[in-house]
Amino acid sequence: MTDHVINNTDTRETSWQQVVENDAAHARTGLRVLLTTLSSLFFLFIVAFMSRSQFTDYQSLTAAWQPLAKPWALWVNSVLLAFASIAFQWARRSARKNQSNQSIEGFIIAGVFSFAFLVGQLSVWQQLASMGYLIAGNPANSFFYLLTGLHALHLFFGLVGWVITCRGIWRAIPFKRTRVRIELCATYWHFLLAVWLVLFALLTSPPETFEAFASLCGLR
Amino acid sequence: MVVAMIIAMLVITSLIFHFLNPWEPTTLASNWGSIDTTLTITFLVCGIFFVAVMAFLVYCLVRYRHREGQTAHYQPENKKLEGWLIAITSIGICAMLAPGLIVYGQFVTPPANVMKIEVVGQQWMWMFRLPGKDGLLGKTSVNYINQKNPFGINPNDPNGQDDLLIDSNELYLPLDQPTTFLLRSIDVLHNFYVPQLRAKMDLVPGIVSSFWATPTLKGRYEILCAELCGVGHYNMRGHLVVVSRDDFQAWLSEQSTFATKLTGDTSDGLVDQGRQLTQNRGCKACHSVDGSQSLGPGWKGLYGKTEVLSDGSNIKVNDAYLKESIINPSAKIVRGYPEVMVAYDFSDEQISAITAYIQSLRIENGTAQQSELPLNNGSSPPR
Amino acid sequence: MSYAEDAERQAGHEPKSFWTKYVWSQDHKVIAIQYSLTAIFVGLIALILSGLMRMQLGFPGVLGIDPQEYYQYMTMHGMIMVIYLLTALFLGGFGNYLIPLMVGARDMVFPFVNMLSYWVYLLSVLILVASFFVPGGPTGAGWTLYPPQAISQGTPGTEWGIILMLVSLVVFIVAATMGGLNYVTTVLQARTHGMTLMRMPLSVWGIFVATILALLAFPALFVSGVMMLFDKTIGTSFFMPEMMSLGVQQSHSGGSPILFQHLFWFFGHPEVYIVALPAFGIVSDIISVHARRNIFGYKMMVWAIVAIGGLSFVVWAHHMFVSGMNPYFGFFFATTTLIIAVPTALKVYNWTLTLWHGDIHFTVPMLFALGFILTFLVGGLTGLFLGNVIVDIPLSDTYFVVAHFHMVMGVAPILVIFGAIYHWYPKITGRMLNDRIGKLHFWITFLGTYLIYFPMHYLGIQGIPRRYFSFEGLEFIPQSAYTLNQFITVVALFVGVSQVLFIYNLFRSLKKGLPATNNPWKAASLEWQTPDTPPQHGNWGPMLPVVYRWAYDYSVPGVVEDFITQTTASDSVGIKPNILGDQS
Repeated sequence: MTDHVINNTDTRETSWQQVVENDAAHARTGLRVLLTTLSSLFFLFIVAFMSRSQFTDYQSLTAAWQPLAKPWALWVNSVLLAFASIAFQWARRSARKNQSNQSIEGFIIAGVFSFAFLVGQLSVWQQLASMGYLIAGNPANSFFYLLTGLHALHLFFGLVGWVITCRGIWRAIPFKRTRVRIELCATYWHFLLAVWLVLFALLTSPPETFEAFASLCGLR
Repeated sequence: MVVAMIIAMLVITSLIFHFLNPWEPTTLASNWGSIDTTLTITFLVCGIFFVAVMAFLVYCLVRYRHREGQTAHYQPENKKLEGWLIAITSIGICAMLAPGLIVYGQFVTPPANVMKIEVVGQQWMWMFRLPGKDGLLGKTSVNYINQKNPFGINPNDPNGQDDLLIDSNELYLPLDQPTTFLLRSIDVLHNFYVPQLRAKMDLVPGIVSSFWATPTLKGRYEILCAELCGVGHYNMRGHLVVVSRDDFQAWLSEQSTFATKLTGDTSDGLVDQGRQLTQNRGCKACHSVDGSQSLGPGWKGLYGKTEVLSDGSNIKVNDAYLKESIINPSAKIVRGYPEVMVAYDFSDEQISAITAYIQSLRIENGTAQQSELPLNNGSSPPR
Repeated sequence: MSYAEDAERQAGHEPKSFWTKYVWSQDHKVIAIQYSLTAIFVGLIALILSGLMRMQLGFPGVLGIDPQEYYQYMTMHGMIMVIYLLTALFLGGFGNYLIPLMVGARDMVFPFVNMLSYWVYLLSVLILVASFFVPGGPTGAGWTLYPPQAISQGTPGTEWGIILMLVSLVVFIVAATMGGLNYVTTVLQARTHGMTLMRMPLSVWGIFVATILALLAFPALFVSGVMMLFDKTIGTSFFMPEMMSLGVQQSHSGGSPILFQHLFWFFGHPEVYIVALPAFGIVSDIISVHARRNIFGYKMMVWAIVAIGGLSFVVWAHHMFVSGMNPYFGFFFATTTLIIAVPTALKVYNWTLTLWHGDIHFTVPMLFALGFILTFLVGGLTGLFLGNVIVDIPLSDTYFVVAHFHMVMGVAPILVIFGAIYHWYPKITGRMLNDRIGKLHFWITFLGTYLIYFPMHYLGIQGIPRRYFSFEGLEFIPQSAYTLNQFITVVALFVGVSQVLFIYNLFRSLKKGLPATNNPWKAASLEWQTPDTPPQHGNWGPMLPVVYRWAYDYSVPGVVEDFITQTTASDSVGIKPNILGDQS
């Protein structure tokens, strides 16, 4: 995008192919490092959640009369996100086989599913809020909004990358470069799906599970 | 050479300084002499390491300083030497850690015959509660706190009725009685710290923390706060007085119980209400009542006085000015005092009580006295 | 990702205009200088704040500082020094400059992200500095920002200061993460031919491991910062218990202040090593070069860095021995803390053993390195006092702690920073720093700081509590302690003011310094082998260097010169490969 960046490869053997491959390798490593940091972030939030849930004022949202006892809306959202991940996987596989059209199709479908997931999450928020479960009401509510919000924010940043890639596809840049981006997006989405599944399981599990985890970690 | 000499001098001076400096630990007044012993052991081990490493460094600097024709030895590593050094270091570490953990084991296991007393921290003052005859302390909650019940004791808990409440900054303890300090804060973090006891612990709102110690030396010791608790942190002080068992009993008998505080004496005069209020709301952390220096203007002799404000104008301290200074403290700042007070949301009755109390601290004929003012319809008993 | 595009057009175009060359630059060297100058600038603010505090402690009332201001100065001094100066300077400054040059890369792997990292860092600094100008001023909660106090009435700056502080920290973490991604990926992926991990200079190892710590530990600060921000702004109760505040009951309930402390120190302790590990690495390189001897026990030094980095995640609660947490944690954390002393001690031994049988040149960088060894040894040993739980109990929250952490993560790393600047300035600017001013600067700084902090420990032994605006009326403090405080203040002001020498030297030498050769210290490591000094954009000219050996081949027997550069092949000097293998 600018004219003064130097690639990190010995010019003796710089072929076009080599640069793209190095580039992809760097980006893959960079993404993995980023995901490590994000894992640490979500892990620490979860530890804080566990620990805070052991105080007496915590009222789980999963008790029988509470809104998350039958979280069908979250199930729907989970399925949406899982579809997004599957579509990305399909896009990645097609990309590796150099089937650019299928790949791009998968890529775009994945983005649409992700948007649907975000909208779904937002509607869950609205539902909760309309039932009077506001963020400051109880630590359980606070953590629900905080964790889902943080996850959604990460997905949103992913979608920004998705939009940029789509723009590239629209402008018909060489598929070799799009391919790298598709692969990166797929990895990022799989990570976010994994995080979501963990969060989903935690947010909807009964307080006894928390107690067990907490006592396992010596928090009780 | 110069470098080596200066470093050698520095090490020697440090050693001499260590033995000759006047800043010793305070006189020990508790059973925690063993803590002092672990400190001595740590000093000894660390001192030996310090001198040994520095002596070797100085030797190297002298012996291997650059001279014409000298070359360094090429020696990437020496596993054996490194192994020995790790072993010796580990021994030194163990020599410090083992006694430390043994003493810490005693620190976390109070003996069976402890007396339990409660320390309550509040910005920026101390209060204390001792169990009554039943030896049990009543349950507490922030929700119960009101003007009559600054400790927040559950009024329905039978164990709490005979609790002895000491809402001053002074605590008496009997000599040689193992004591567990139950620590409770009703606002932010504090730390109950008496240098002479050696032990200290944070007060954490929401939980009760504790530590134990046995006072072993009669005397009057200062209680400090050792955890930053806001702008008056450095002023959050009190006294611990260690006395004989008999003197302690005598002091105890002067203290009033929760039940009497709660029920008795309902017809408090305005002045007493004011005193209670200023006590509960922590005013005294910043406003002294005995004429001593404090963060805000002292109240002794304040009423009726003419103060110079920060803009140079004068004002006579009267009801209206006091009220304004409570509700909107930054409106008129007395010259020489920082603008740190937060606005307090008192009712008009409360403000007139506080004003009456401040008025009662007038100086008459050169001495402070709590005068019998027309407003004061119930004289306060001397403490 | 974008630069593959450029490769198609034959990469390597120089930035042309002033703006792309010096301001919106993606060159790691320019970004490093931007980072360093910004960090030094905020550092100077923090230095002035410390002078103001010292005036209040030594000569109370002379400047008319009130308690509110004192606590604000204290908080901002601590936070700026730890985060915005030391972390930013070591990672953003030295990390940026040294990593690509030392591993033989043309730049960081993601130059655009690298540039963004600096601008986001600058934004965090601006937000922080802005808090001096908002109603109520900056926060006075202490750099640890413990709730409930940090966000409840009675603490300075609870209106806006604390919000700006938390936002600034969150923004800083974003910047540090963007930088960190670059440093780690560059070390992992962009090393030149022959530069194996075990041939990297210890500076790179120190910065590399410190960056990994930062990437794993900063999230803890992020988590606690975001949660506290929620507590403050929308009334959640993550950390806020049921409590009163100045006599008024609060709407919060059930939160845990200790949870915050756990999260904070889970970040806070690795943070100590985020600052210390780069210093360890850099000082190793300085000692080796100026003693003309290989670093002693290179492998052990690497493993020590890795071990310290790993252990630093399981010692955090030694900051909380008197916090009211479960007292049985004390046994565990005291033990882990004292175990970490073993690899740390080994590093001290190996530095002195590097001097042993060396050929020691007392250059200015070497003087600073020696000053570091002494200071760090004192600071490390006093750390054993505080890590051993029972000894910590009387000493915690006293001036012993203040003296300890200023020695170990204030003075010691700063001495390394000075040493490193004297060492690498010729490479950065092409000119030498003035030697005489440098020596004067060293002696004033080293002896001065020792005079400040060594006696300060004894104030703590006596039990004098820290974070006190005034000691007036305390009976257990003898008059001599006040005299000592005055002495410390006088020395501190002198040392503070004399840093002008350094700033003067820095700018004077830009124009008037002696021209430096490509390799003025005759060092073996890669950054001194660039074709140009200062290195041009792209660092290495047309060809990337090829590395044949580790960075410490000094005084190898049978070789005429007393150093062999990393780019020298074995057969060209006729010697055996070094112990670490020479598979080129």
